[in-house]
Amino acid sequence: MSQQFTPNNPLPQEAKVPGEIAVFSPEVEAEIDRHLAKYPVKRSAILPLMFIVQRERGGYLDPLGVAYLADRLGVRITDIWEVATFYSMINTEPVGKYHIQICKTLSCKIMGEPKITEHVCSRLGIRPGETTPDGRFTVSLVECLGSCGTAPMFQLGFDYHENLTTEKVDEILDRCERDEYVFQHGRKDEL
Amino acid sequence: MFIGAIDCEPLQLRRVGLENSQSLDVYRKNGGYEAIKKVLDGMSPDDVIGEVKKSALRGRGGAGFPTGMKWSFVPKDSPKPKYVVCNADESEPGTFKDRYLMERDPHMLIEGMLIAAYALGARSNYIYTRGEYRYLIEIMDRALAEAREAGLLGEKILGSKFSCDIYTHTGAGAYICGEETALLSSLEGLRGHPRMKPPFPAVSGLYQSPTVVNNVETLTAVPDIIKMGGEAYQKLGTEKSGGTKLWSVSGHVNRPGVFELPMGYDDMEKFIMEDCQGIANGRQLKAVIPGGSSVYIMPAGDVIGKDVRMDYEGLVAAGSMVGSGGFIVMDDTVDVFESTKNLIEFYKHESCGWCTPCREGTDWLVKIFRRIANGEGRPEDAQLILDLCDNIEGKSFCPLGDAAAWPIQSAIKKFPEDFKKHLLPLTQGEAVTV
Repeated sequence: MSQQFTPNNPLPQEAKVPGEIAVFSPEVEAEIDRHLAKYPVKRSAILPLMFIVQRERGGYLDPLGVAYLADRLGVRITDIWEVATFYSMINTEPVGKYHIQICKTLSCKIMGEPKITEHVCSRLGIRPGETTPDGRFTVSLVECLGSCGTAPMFQLGFDYHENLTTEKVDEILDRCERDEYVFQHGRKDEL
Repeated sequence: MFIGAIDCEPLQLRRVGLENSQSLDVYRKNGGYEAIKKVLDGMSPDDVIGEVKKSALRGRGGAGFPTGMKWSFVPKDSPKPKYVVCNADESEPGTFKDRYLMERDPHMLIEGMLIAAYALGARSNYIYTRGEYRYLIEIMDRALAEAREAGLLGEKILGSKFSCDIYTHTGAGAYICGEETALLSSLEGLRGHPRMKPPFPAVSGLYQSPTVVNNVETLTAVPDIIKMGGEAYQKLGTEKSGGTKLWSVSGHVNRPGVFELPMGYDDMEKFIMEDCQGIANGRQLKAVIPGGSSVYIMPAGDVIGKDVRMDYEGLVAAGSMVGSGGFIVMDDTVDVFESTKNLIEFYKHESCGWCTPCREGTDWLVKIFRRIANGEGRPEDAQLILDLCDNIEGKSFCPLGDAAAWPIQSAIKKFPEDFKKHLLPLTQGEAVTV
């Protein structure tokens, strides 16, 4: 089991070992090349590449993925952590396959977010910020996702689910539990 | 949800209701890419900037800075490459207009960026989209591929000497990256920290090169300005606020949505009660936040019967701001202490940590608001909060600090009762639970 990054334990030892680095398929390498080609400076591709590595490495930046990014972008491992820890969508710890991000900012809050959060959490038996013991579901409360006119809402993976009711939530979670939920966005790069 | 124009011919929302409105074909059949053709057929870059100046178009992201003037700051003789960057990092609470522009009419943004790139002499250009809007990046990528295929992007566009490319870029969840210098830091692959101005991005922006950063709605206004002429566009609005403006309406109204209104629409009360079909569930209007979470909150008494004009000057006169046009309506069930607490939690989460007043100030504000919410409010807390706001406002590195202080200051001033009831010593009043 790899050592995990935490703010108090900044540099996993494994990542420093030369040669220990994530390996990706030729298709993923080609996808990464297409992103790098957009910019005159390689480092600009850091966020798009982090999303790809995260997608390919089980939903978060593991030490081998970080080593890969540093190598591919020609920067230090600390540069990767420096950026990774700034952005809320870059995970430095494992998250569930079904990551439910409920918007809690004002418009959603006054249009019924507390009821949706309560329903999701009681059904999954976890609190916001937690992952189910089987590792499949994570629930987070997040800031405004730009769905204020269609509140309340949550994002599942990259998919928006808006105008939520408890019935709608149940229908979505049922599909996830049966592993029948098909992600609509962000699972592959269409560029 | 409603999407459409009120009191004017739809400009920005002209095609949103059409079937297949995302496609190049539908865009072209409905007036699309005529403006770039007109530009390439004989307008000089200065002609284009001149029309945008005449249009009185002001930046739609929130600051309202005149767009033509921003463009004219780019030094023409600079040997460095120039960049146009579209700010699609829409994350001001209450704002969702850019999302629908990109979702329904991606080619309008591409055409606007092409014209801006032509005016400024930019070769490579980027659309910085917030990471959560992944589906919009997919839509934009498809539209860009279609445009490239049709010779509207790349080398020698439409047979002219003008060559230009546009790329999508993803953010990764950071409100601060909507601030233009932080956006540029992020686009360079760094933490999204703001930079000192001056130098302004127009002189030293992306990769230390001249750069113009414009909001989606600003850039999508450009094709119409070119087609109808700057003067005609300006006349749709008022003298200092040209054209039309999109308002994202959310909260307790019967008809939320994205509304296109002429700048200077004459009455906010009519807008809420008629165009948005009034307050939901038969309740009473309590407050409006008209321009995204960062602007001053307006009590119903400042709206009802006051003929508040909806443009930059009108809203300042009424005690608030246009901001991003994120129009949040709250009914009389809302406790303004709690709605303000919700917003300060947002700013604390989104403060980037770069400067002390904002990082520490928002953190302390949240601590105080949480303590009050736990029933431990003290009578002196209102003043303590205002003192803290005073230590943030105007003293932070970028406008995020101001944006955190303003809603709190106005909430305490305009809704003292909602705060007082939480600030009673426990022995005097009933404990207030949240």
